[in-house]
Amino acid sequence: MPRFDGKAVLVTGAAQGMGRAIAERFVEEGGAVVLFDLDGELVEKTASELSAKGKTVAVTGDVSKREDVRRAVETCVEQFGSIDVLAAQAGIGDLCPLLEIEDARWDRMLAINLTGVFLSVQEAGLAMAKAGKGGAMVVTSSTNAFYVEQHTAHYSATKGGVLTFVRNAALDLAEYGIRINTVCPGIIRTRLGLPLIEDPVAGPEYLKRVPLRRYGEPVEIANAILFLASDEASYVTGEDLVVDGGTTLGVVLEIPDGSIPGELAS
Amino acid sequence: MEGKVAIVTGGAGGIGRATALAFAEAGARVVVADLNEVGCEATVRMIREAGGEAVHSGTDVSSASDVEALVATAVRTFGRLDYAFNNAAIVGDTGADTAECTQANWDRVVAVNFTGVFLCLKYEIPAMLESGSGAIVNTSSSVGLMGDRGYIPYVATKHGVIGLTRAAALEYAERGIRINAVCPGVTRTEMVEGIIGGDPEIEAMLTAREPIGRMGRPEEIAASVVWLCSDAASFVIGHAMSVDGGQVVAP
Repeated sequence: MPRFDGKAVLVTGAAQGMGRAIAERFVEEGGAVVLFDLDGELVEKTASELSAKGKTVAVTGDVSKREDVRRAVETCVEQFGSIDVLAAQAGIGDLCPLLEIEDARWDRMLAINLTGVFLSVQEAGLAMAKAGKGGAMVVTSSTNAFYVEQHTAHYSATKGGVLTFVRNAALDLAEYGIRINTVCPGIIRTRLGLPLIEDPVAGPEYLKRVPLRRYGEPVEIANAILFLASDEASYVTGEDLVVDGGTTLGVVLEIPDGSIPGELAS
Repeated sequence: MEGKVAIVTGGAGGIGRATALAFAEAGARVVVADLNEVGCEATVRMIREAGGEAVHSGTDVSSASDVEALVATAVRTFGRLDYAFNNAAIVGDTGADTAECTQANWDRVVAVNFTGVFLCLKYEIPAMLESGSGAIVNTSSSVGLMGDRGYIPYVATKHGVIGLTRAAALEYAERGIRINAVCPGVTRTEMVEGIIGGDPEIEAMLTAREPIGRMGRPEEIAASVVWLCSDAASFVIGHAMSVDGGQVVAP
């Protein structure tokens, strides 16, 4: 039986990339899905395409605005009778050297990636608590939360913030029967990842750091999110599930076998 | 997992038994290993009664020859090896702080919990390479991620299991074997029932450590193990997954 039969799911940032893959996998497993995104035209199109597989509704809005997030939650409850699952996926990425980050750039990063998560979790949490049936939330952080890269101070700060926020939220929401976890993707084949992946020099170079020797696919993140949102994960809360092909495990050196003398290797 | 073959060590009860049953339910044929052969046989019987295929293997995971024989049993009986859940462990003496911990206790716990996982990896990996790919989950613990008092060999070896997991995961990622760990919190197993010893105060104290307000069930750990072995976790490598009701978030 599909794991999300009869469940109502809100996915933020659902118009494309990982968000779309998440929404699609929930629909495939029986969920009724509200797709929420800033890009109104695209989210309508995505919701309409996915409606061939199940129930979908598109809501256009900005995750950093409480009234927009509230409208998305209300739409979920009105259209599908409840909100059982939140997948807070909406986020932006950016590269900028620290000394050049202007206030507006910093503020926008925090507004979407951090305040957006706070608002989504709080509004969905209020609705779940009111209904009294518990629920499950999965927030997308990033391996940047603990494995930082040059020129991502503003981005990494928000993703680290998300991780800590979710751990706290797990404690505060436990009494309502709401589980909340993060997924930390590595480099995934999405609009955010493609500039690096398709760069003729940086693309293959970065791949040397991925033990699995390939980039992740959006559906692999979606699968992790579905697991955490499902009853299979009924005892998992406050967990950061890293889905990165092993990238953050350690350094993968390209050394021919036996070329390091034993005393140096140890 | 139809057509696939799984080894579960520590399969005579608790989390191991629940995971052996979950593997079988997902379609895998299972080799149930444990020192406790009676418990092992009972798990095999439960799998068969549910329509699955399984055999048991009396295995001391701290013995290289036993582990080698276990892997050989899987390959001889079912023709291949795809999944392994290296779960066998003992808690050792409790209530003995480091200075009171005997070396005999230390050696015994290290042999089973730490050397045992190394030996399982050592013999399972070649069989999986032979089968073309594989996925392994090692059992760590919430106390593999944080300290605790009174049973240092257990806490230390469970930290060590995460090290084994990460290093081996790096080595074999490119060769098609995914290796992860699972970190259960307080789970209602024979081991934990033994620690509680029927004392409601100890039970309340252990439950209070779980933000979710209850102990875990073995089936809940099993579900994570089977998921980590499944293709849905295809990009998850070297991860230590907490299944602990939020325990390590706020010990």
